[in-house]
Amino acid sequence: MNRKKLQKLTDTLTKNCKHFNKFEVNCLINLFYNLVGEVTEWQGITIGLDRNAFRNILHMTFGMTDDMIMDRVFRGFDKDNDGCVNVSEWIYGLSIFLRGTLEEKMKYCFEVFDLNGDGFISKEEMFHMLKNSLLKQPSEEDPDEGIKDLVEITLKKMDHDHDGKLSFTDYEQAVREETLLLEAFGPCLPDPKTHMEFEAQVFKDPNEFNDI
Amino acid sequence: MGVALARSAQWTAARYGTRALETTPLNEAILEEIMMFVESFIYKHPQEAKYVFVEPLEWKTNLDPSAFESGYIVSETTVKSEEVDKDGQPLLFLSVPHIKIRSFGQLSRFLLTAKDTKLKEAQACIEANEGPVTKILGLDYNTMKEDTSVVNILDKITKEEDPASEIKMKLGKLLEQLDLHLLNHSLRHISLEIRLNPTIVKNDIELLKHFSGKGEQTVLESIDYTSDYEFSNGCRAPPWRQIHGEICYVLVKPHDVETLCITCSAEGVFLNGGKTNDEGEINYERKSEIYKDLVTFLKEKSAKFSENMSKQDVRFSEEWKKEKEEPKEAPKKEEAAAPRKALPASSKSMLEKNQINFGKSQMTKRLEPSLNWKATIDFKEHKSLLRDIQEEKRGGRLESKSAEKIEEMISESSSESEEDEEPPDHRQEANADLPSEYWQIQKLVKYLKGGNQTATVIALCSMKDFNLAQETCQLAIRDVGGLEVLINLLDTDEVKCKIGSLKILKEISHNPQIRRNIVDLGGLPILVNILDSPHKSLKCLAAETIANVAKFRRARRAVRRHGGITKLVALLDCAQNSGEPAQSSLYDARDVEVARCGALALWSCSKSYANKEAIRRAGGILLLAGLLKTSHENMLIPVVGTLQECASEENYRAAIKAERIIENLVKNLNSENEQLQEHCAMAIYQCAEDKETRDLVRLHGGLKPLASLLNNTDNKERLAAVTGAIWKCSISKENVTKFREYKAIETLVGLLTDQPEEVLVNVVGALGECCQEYENRVLVRKCGGIQPLVNLLVGINQTLLVNVTKAVGACAVEPESMMIIDRLDGVRLLWSLLKNPHPDVKASAAWALCPCIQNAKDAGEMVRSFVGGLELVVNLLKSDNKEVLASVCAAITNIAKDQENLAVITDHGVVPLLSKLANTNNDKLRRHLAEAISRCCMWGRNRVTFGEYKAVAPLVRYLKSNDANVHRATAQALYQLSEDADNCITMHENGAVKLLLDMVGSPDQDLQEAAAGCISNIRRLALATEKARYT
Repeated sequence: MNRKKLQKLTDTLTKNCKHFNKFEVNCLINLFYNLVGEVTEWQGITIGLDRNAFRNILHMTFGMTDDMIMDRVFRGFDKDNDGCVNVSEWIYGLSIFLRGTLEEKMKYCFEVFDLNGDGFISKEEMFHMLKNSLLKQPSEEDPDEGIKDLVEITLKKMDHDHDGKLSFTDYEQAVREETLLLEAFGPCLPDPKTHMEFEAQVFKDPNEFNDI
Repeated sequence: MGVALARSAQWTAARYGTRALETTPLNEAILEEIMMFVESFIYKHPQEAKYVFVEPLEWKTNLDPSAFESGYIVSETTVKSEEVDKDGQPLLFLSVPHIKIRSFGQLSRFLLTAKDTKLKEAQACIEANEGPVTKILGLDYNTMKEDTSVVNILDKITKEEDPASEIKMKLGKLLEQLDLHLLNHSLRHISLEIRLNPTIVKNDIELLKHFSGKGEQTVLESIDYTSDYEFSNGCRAPPWRQIHGEICYVLVKPHDVETLCITCSAEGVFLNGGKTNDEGEINYERKSEIYKDLVTFLKEKSAKFSENMSKQDVRFSEEWKKEKEEPKEAPKKEEAAAPRKALPASSKSMLEKNQINFGKSQMTKRLEPSLNWKATIDFKEHKSLLRDIQEEKRGGRLESKSAEKIEEMISESSSESEEDEEPPDHRQEANADLPSEYWQIQKLVKYLKGGNQTATVIALCSMKDFNLAQETCQLAIRDVGGLEVLINLLDTDEVKCKIGSLKILKEISHNPQIRRNIVDLGGLPILVNILDSPHKSLKCLAAETIANVAKFRRARRAVRRHGGITKLVALLDCAQNSGEPAQSSLYDARDVEVARCGALALWSCSKSYANKEAIRRAGGILLLAGLLKTSHENMLIPVVGTLQECASEENYRAAIKAERIIENLVKNLNSENEQLQEHCAMAIYQCAEDKETRDLVRLHGGLKPLASLLNNTDNKERLAAVTGAIWKCSISKENVTKFREYKAIETLVGLLTDQPEEVLVNVVGALGECCQEYENRVLVRKCGGIQPLVNLLVGINQTLLVNVTKAVGACAVEPESMMIIDRLDGVRLLWSLLKNPHPDVKASAAWALCPCIQNAKDAGEMVRSFVGGLELVVNLLKSDNKEVLASVCAAITNIAKDQENLAVITDHGVVPLLSKLANTNNDKLRRHLAEAISRCCMWGRNRVTFGEYKAVAPLVRYLKSNDANVHRATAQALYQLSEDADNCITMHENGAVKLLLDMVGSPDQDLQEAAAGCISNIRRLALATEKARYT
């Protein structure tokens, strides 16, 4: 990609993104192309990070482990649902992922947790997401008992309209009361430590960021 | 049966060799029950009665073979039952005197045969057969049972699908039922007995102490506790021994026997294994029989004790009765209360639980005799058993920890003056009904333990929704082991978990017990480390938690030792550099908030002297001064609170003056917040010892708000602080004038009644200062202040008495006021305070007496009217407190103005006592001593006596002092003494003439005159001598 094009791309993306300045956008674009590799752009074919590559980044850089959550994060990034994250989706996604306001993050997290995208987090979805959250105890009569119980606890805490599922309003109210519940069903945002490391590394000298 | 026999039945001490049941009512009752069970067994459960025991029960019987009738094959020395097992062995076999029985049927019949001797037989049987259940049902049954996995046995039994096993199991159940029944029964029995409790034991020991000591007549040589520490329930035994009902351990040295180490327990008194080594460990093993109380025990062990006791008996028994009657009522009332957390309580609760479970299983058994029920029911039982055991373990562990802590506490040096007492650990009563929260919290803690961070956060958030201010919840979290988990979470890298955990710890650490537990679990170093975290909200929460935890000395010390003070002081700095870029993280709080939390924690920590020092060294004063400029009330309160605590140190007071803190304190006096006003006033109180500070308070207009705060008397703490500030400020005359202007004096007089002592001390102190001025004295009299002041002379609070005497003394300067004081018998009250044990009170009372004697009409008569009063005063000259001596000298000066009184005190030997004091360097004492001497010279040959007791030479040296008052008094004394020729010679020898010549040049007329008079006396003597020599 030539310099002019890059310049233009940076400008447009900077305009659309409120959380990053021009330098930062530039760094992230560079990082993106570094990650994608030197594939020359064919006419008509958008290049980007496919699911596996993206999950790899989430895992290696941000220390995420939960497969399902990582899939959902990928979906959150991949706005146009074409199976790969292109450069503008990359910048936009990261702006929320790293610098989003509480509102933006709530919206993002809710989308991640709403597995079927019906606007509610149902009991089944919660169960699905919390499935691996408890250590299996050999003495437990029913290994799912604890998870079910945990789902009930969560509902009791967050389901303000008592309809047995979480709407965005429920979720928003609960998070505003207790910010810790933002990532109630699994870590889908970078934890503060990796977050800082990432920013420090990327925004300092992107050229050395090859080892991912 | 096994449990009941092992726990309740009272076995005799091991040293009797073979096991034997003591013949106590309890044991008899248990035996009765067992017999009834066995006897009726054959009718009630005919099927089970045929079951053949795994091992026979064997014992020695006294029963004669001839007693057996039908159904038995009887020979001369043997008896065989006709009933046999499947191998053809008889189920009862007697070969005199040994008997073996192998079924309940035969047991029943045997007891029926035994008739009158059945009690003895049953006793013999139980004594001879350790673990009868094992013998009946087999070893595996019993061991499995101990494993608590009843399930396994049942599994095994059901798998075998053997009718015999079915019976075996039923039998097992029946025996278990009997066991429960026995335990219940014995409990009822135990609770009927009046047993020892800490009060009774303590009274006994105190009483015995009273009658012990050296000499033949005492009952004991010594009696002492092994431990000085007494728990709030009155026990001295360590908590893990208290579980066994033990109350305390006593070392008793009777006259005729070696020192005995005795355990006093709820069951009675017995000898233990004694101290095993130098570290004072006690071997708790019982080594003797149990006696019903200490006296019975000692009578048994020491003949001398018993002999002397009978001698003392008359005297003793009276007191004994008196002492014993009161507490006897107590134990019954306290049946369920804390002092006796002994075994019965816990076993009772266990029993109850078991019974419930048992009842359940019984019911299901009847309803549904299939195989299913066993699994489900017994699972529950199994779980509850497991839980019991877990709880027991946990209890045990924590309790042993708390004991270590107590030792630590005792060994601690008491360098830090203020400390709050550490309350003893109150576990939740085992038999108290556990609230539903308890189980919910237990479940949440389970998820905390076994969940990943997502589950942990959910559990933490849910736990936060409980009412954490409630003690039940606080203790529940601890008792289910939640505290350990919460503290462990702080050590992880998970910011969210840390925040959640801290939010809970912050709340529950309001509970004093939880605080101690947090410290014991090593929570403080972790909390201190979190103060370094980059996340401000973590810092805040950690600091707030520290603020709660550091409410007792050990915790404050831990904070300091781990470098917490420096870190907390650093938090204060946050508010200053607000230019720092805002972090986009979710976990950030405002800088002001961080500083506030830091101040809050410092406030708690600043109650220790060493911490005050550490705060100062970390540069805390400047930062606090900076924060004082803000206008946030919730920031100001901890900041002023810290300053107020620290102002007890001289360093701080200087810094407070230098950093212009007074100005801000005064400003905040005008705040709306009562707490803030209180702390500001308190800080002013602490600092106003210093004159400059007092002036600063006035210059910044602080006196007016102080005076106006006096009118609000509802908040006693604030009132105490405000009156304190007024007291200290009124040490400066200018301030007093201001206060009079603001009508504060009238208000203060109004506060002399119906106020708590803390307020009274300050009010009276302030009045004492104000009354140094004429106008105020008049004002106090006019407002009717003298009567309440005199009334306060009968108090017992030492500080208050010091202030009251001072105030009364100040009032007595006014003759008109003096009349009122005299009428109210105030002088007598003052005089009686000379007997107060506290030297400050004595001195202050003596000072107050001076103006009284000066201004009273017929003072001499009044003084004489106090029987023994003059002797008392003279004897106070033997005190070794300089202030007391000076004040008494002043009083003597006034008393001696009356000739008759002077004669009396001379008779009481005032002259030698005064002479003895002459060698002192204390100028105050010198002055008053010299005055007293000069007064006392006026009687008889006192002048000569002073000379004889060598008071003259030291007096001459007083002239070299720098104090003009001392000069004047001394010159006057010397003038009086110089009337005697020998004294003149002594003075001359000690170089008085030159010193006196200088004094003649003094501007002080009295001094001039006295010095000149003295010189003239010396000169005249010299002339006379010369004359005598040459004529």
